Amino acid sequence: MSGDGAGAAVQTSLAIKTSGLAKHFGHFPAVDGIDLAVPAGSTYGFLGPNGSGKTTTIRVLLGLVGPTAGTWSLLGEPMPERAMSTLPHVGALVEGPAFYPWLSGQDNLARFDAMGPGGHSSTRAQRIAEALARVGLTAAAKKKYKAYSLGMRQRLGLALALLVPRQLLVLDEPTNGMDPQGTREIRHLVRQLGAGGTTVFLSSHLLSEVEQICSHVGVMHRGKLLMQGTLDDLRANANPKLRVEVDDPARAAEVLTRMGIADLDRQGAQVVGTIDGVLPEDCCRALVEAGVGVRMLVKEQASLEDAFVAMTGEGFDVAG
Amino acid sequence: MWLVEARTVFGRARVRALLVVLAAVPLFLVVAVYLSGGPAAGNGPPFVDRVSHNAVFAALAALTVAMPFFIPLSVAVVAGDSIAGEASLGTLRYLLVRPAGRGRLLLAKAVVLGLFCVVAAIDIVVVGIIAGVVFFPHGAVVTVSGTTVSFLDGVGRSLIAALVVGASMFGLASIGLFVSTLSDVPIAVMAVTVGLVIVSGILDSVSEVSFLHPWLFTNYWTAFYDLVRSPVYWHNIWKDLVLQAGYIAVFGAAAWARMTSRDVLA
Repeated sequence: MSGDGAGAAVQTSLAIKTSGLAKHFGHFPAVDGIDLAVPAGSTYGFLGPNGSGKTTTIRVLLGLVGPTAGTWSLLGEPMPERAMSTLPHVGALVEGPAFYPWLSGQDNLARFDAMGPGGHSSTRAQRIAEALARVGLTAAAKKKYKAYSLGMRQRLGLALALLVPRQLLVLDEPTNGMDPQGTREIRHLVRQLGAGGTTVFLSSHLLSEVEQICSHVGVMHRGKLLMQGTLDDLRANANPKLRVEVDDPARAAEVLTRMGIADLDRQGAQVVGTIDGVLPEDCCRALVEAGVGVRMLVKEQASLEDAFVAMTGEGFDVAG
Repeated sequence: MWLVEARTVFGRARVRALLVVLAAVPLFLVVAVYLSGGPAAGNGPPFVDRVSHNAVFAALAALTVAMPFFIPLSVAVVAGDSIAGEASLGTLRYLLVRPAGRGRLLLAKAVVLGLFCVVAAIDIVVVGIIAGVVFFPHGAVVTVSGTTVSFLDGVGRSLIAALVVGASMFGLASIGLFVSTLSDVPIAVMAVTVGLVIVSGILDSVSEVSFLHPWLFTNYWTAFYDLVRSPVYWHNIWKDLVLQAGYIAVFGAAAWARMTSRDVLA
């Protein structure tokens, strides 16, 4: 039920919970029965290639789109019944920023703040100034939105999400269209918010982004949630790799194949392959016994990309 | 929320430009009549032959000239922007996530749209009277029935005429608001709304479908003429108000049903 103040419930309380959530467009299942469990206080990376159903899921979560099937709750409150009392605690950036082009940045924020509950007018000016400062837009506060660059628009979208203290932030591709410096700043800001106790649900098609700032991850693929858990849970889905540098790569490849190392790839003097139950020390011994000169031998942790490929059987950049 | 919405709508350059264009109607009319002397009695659009007699008729003539096209067009533009405009900007999703509440947002849009209808009509009447006072006599008003009423009485009747026109436009605005909930393209909403005005106007002039006439929303749009009879002939004005209330109820309910259930994908 309600997660407010119930100390015993903290461990199990979920900021977002869905069961069997589905959204079909015609016969196309954009979201195909997913069971999200986003722990309160986590920074949850909602990962998937473009077109995998991330944004549709977010639209359903926020009540913009009615689900075809399933139920969900935000901050322990059943949705969409409790939307009016729950959404003021949820900051959101959905499919890019959207503002009134003829209004300035601060006037845009003021309008949105005044159009719903939970934003007191006496603190409005100050909250707007703080939110703009937080995303580095103070200098552009009075500029019209139409004069903003793509990165500035994205920042204003984040400022809107941060206009009041939130318990949950739903950020859909927050670094889209930003330059490298801006991307770094935003990631830093998201990390800061997460450290401050806000639950952050961040969708991204960038594996590295999720790897850098998230504690938890859910992987979407063609409308289905393939797995969710901590980052390490995800990595455990892929086998670690063995990388050797030798004097005779051709001979090394032969030996390693015999040892059961799969997916061998020769990169100059190095040979890389997937360890599947084989001990690295056994490989080392076999190489030495076969007369191969070993300069280096490392067992490498699987990257998220490897994990993703292992799960889907496809590369990450698929599905337009 | 209503106040914020009103400030946003009336603060917009597009809406201010519409009000300026509407205000230009009485200005041009008054200047044209002043320069040309106006049509002979009984010729031209209603009231235009009387503009040079009294400032009040400048306002009423301008209202008559603007009624069939200029006011409906501007109402259609604002109606198109109300929901479809927010959807096309993408701001609709942020208003709903805020959460503004779908029903509450629609109500705020309807209220401000209604306000625009009244402001548009009053805009024409006030500018018409001021321009009329500058160029023409502004003494006692001779009604179309031949009796005489005071100038202030005439001004009062003009303002009531503006309210009646505003109410008539609100009927159209409710249709526009409903169409606006169906679309993400404001210009399409405007076109459909103006199209319906034209269709209704055509049907209204075809005697073969006279059984339809009392149900057409444009049928009593000219009822405000009866305000300058003596005594005022209220019959058609009441019929107009009842009919518009019906349109507002039907299309308001349809807009509500659509707005509270639609998938916001824009």
